[in-house]
Amino acid sequence: MSLRIVVAVKYVPDATGDRHFAEDLTTDRDAVDGLLSELDEYAVEQALQIAEAVGDAEVTAVTVGPEDARGAVLKALQMGAAKGVHVEDDALHGTDVIGTSLVLAKAIEHVGFDLVVTGMASTDGTAGVVPALLAERLGVPQVTLLSQVGVAEGKVVGRRDGDTASEELEAALPALVSVTDQSGEARYPSFKGIMGAKKKPLESLDLSDLGVEASEVGLAAAWTAVDDATARPARTAGTIVKDEGEGGRQLAEFLASQKFV
Amino acid sequence: MAEVLVYVDHADGAVRKPTLELLTLARRIGDPVAVHLGPGAQEAAKVLGEHGAVRVLAADAPEFSDYLVVPKVDALQAAAQAVQPAAILVPSSGEGKEIAARLALRLGSGIITDAVDVTAGDDGPVATQSAFAAAFTTRSRVTRGVPVITVKPNSAPVQAAPAAGAVEALQVAFGELATGTKVVSRTPRASTGRPELTEAAIVVSGGRGVNGAENFSLIEELADSLGAAVGASRAAVDAGWYPHSNQVGQTGKTVSPQLYIANGISGAIQHRAGMQTSKTIVAVNKDAEAPIFDLVDYGVVGDLFQVVPQLTAEIKARKG
Repeated sequence: MSLRIVVAVKYVPDATGDRHFAEDLTTDRDAVDGLLSELDEYAVEQALQIAEAVGDAEVTAVTVGPEDARGAVLKALQMGAAKGVHVEDDALHGTDVIGTSLVLAKAIEHVGFDLVVTGMASTDGTAGVVPALLAERLGVPQVTLLSQVGVAEGKVVGRRDGDTASEELEAALPALVSVTDQSGEARYPSFKGIMGAKKKPLESLDLSDLGVEASEVGLAAAWTAVDDATARPARTAGTIVKDEGEGGRQLAEFLASQKFV
Repeated sequence: MAEVLVYVDHADGAVRKPTLELLTLARRIGDPVAVHLGPGAQEAAKVLGEHGAVRVLAADAPEFSDYLVVPKVDALQAAAQAVQPAAILVPSSGEGKEIAARLALRLGSGIITDAVDVTAGDDGPVATQSAFAAAFTTRSRVTRGVPVITVKPNSAPVQAAPAAGAVEALQVAFGELATGTKVVSRTPRASTGRPELTEAAIVVSGGRGVNGAENFSLIEELADSLGAAVGASRAAVDAGWYPHSNQVGQTGKTVSPQLYIANGISGAIQHRAGMQTSKTIVAVNKDAEAPIFDLVDYGVVGDLFQVVPQLTAEIKARKG
């Protein structure tokens, strides 16, 4: 029986753009071009590598977000995923991590899975909690923050490099894994991949398809509230000196004046 | 007064500094109750009590080390039910955030991650976060359930505040999922003797301009003269000059030290995302146009191979 791999991806504002908040203090998605979160590229890569290693496997990319967010699924299809699912609904605007994990979990259950693969965090919100929330909701083991991952004989094994120790982990399928940027360089879509992606199935779903009430998601239903967001004041121009042979000593003098030495 | 749960991050009873910082923040909201899981509760309790923990709920079981994350969630859930806290504070490590997230979901509570400050507000704790690579500062609240907040290292001073800190046993019933992910083996990271990157008060980093693994010894010597941690830019890590565990940036670690010294780092957005909230920023770079100079309090345009050794020697001389 075929191994069903679902990779969750997110469309995020380009970090090199001028990202800011909209009036309702949600992320302003119109102001900056979006793209597949870089950290999710690693997830797609590992999903594809696992599928290639197993042989009999199918990779489905799932995203939740506005119309543009299809772009994240499309990139995954170009890289090699077999099919895509895009959950789009006006009621989703302003959904927090708790609500996002609810909708993603329903979408993943809708697709059917043996293995869920995610990135370690999004590059916009950067909270890094959705993988753990998904595992909790799906009721499967979390094998997270992996720099190395493999699947064999109904088990997922991986290495988690923490701040104080490196751990070898193991769990039975079905399971959820998240991977770090150390899991392996993500492939670029080939021309053939880009052309082929257009013909791959990309299913569109709304909340009613997933049995989620509009009142369970969105800004009003978020379990947290942002009271204000202020742009950080521009830094006052610092002192910049050119090294004429005394640069190191001048810097030491500055550090001493600031009581660091 | 309401009680506030503080999750204790420790190594066999040696409490890590971010937990002591959390105790300072917790006292602004209520009486801190520390939750210590695994061995070493008695040793930890002494330190926790000196920093304001009114009591220490302790549980030890092999599950905490043999399986990933979920046993600790089970235990914190038991603690939350026993205490009915006004808030739950957890250090913002990779594991800390995972524990906090699952706990929040189970409690029907909102979660705020990576707070850099927490204060008492009229409607519960108010958390300050920085967003979009520190271009914005937000203030947020949890509007449902017991506020679960993870806090980044260096967000508060460690303050002594003697309290009873007596150890009480916490009863934990592990759920079915607790043994889902087995830790087959654990290899402690070899200690460099330097402070941990995310906790360090001073970070000295090297980038592309360091031009080779062998030259990182210059960066390390400067770091050691200041008692600092060593960081590296993605360019330096991708080139294999320094371990990924030391990478500062969007896909590495976020640091917020009192002093950040960037050497041979241009200051691309990927790097800025990881260090922009540092209190004082200093850079040494050959290129006067490098974007890092837009961030600095003090910058030296010059060859790091000249400037850094001179700086190190001068610091050592001043420290005598």
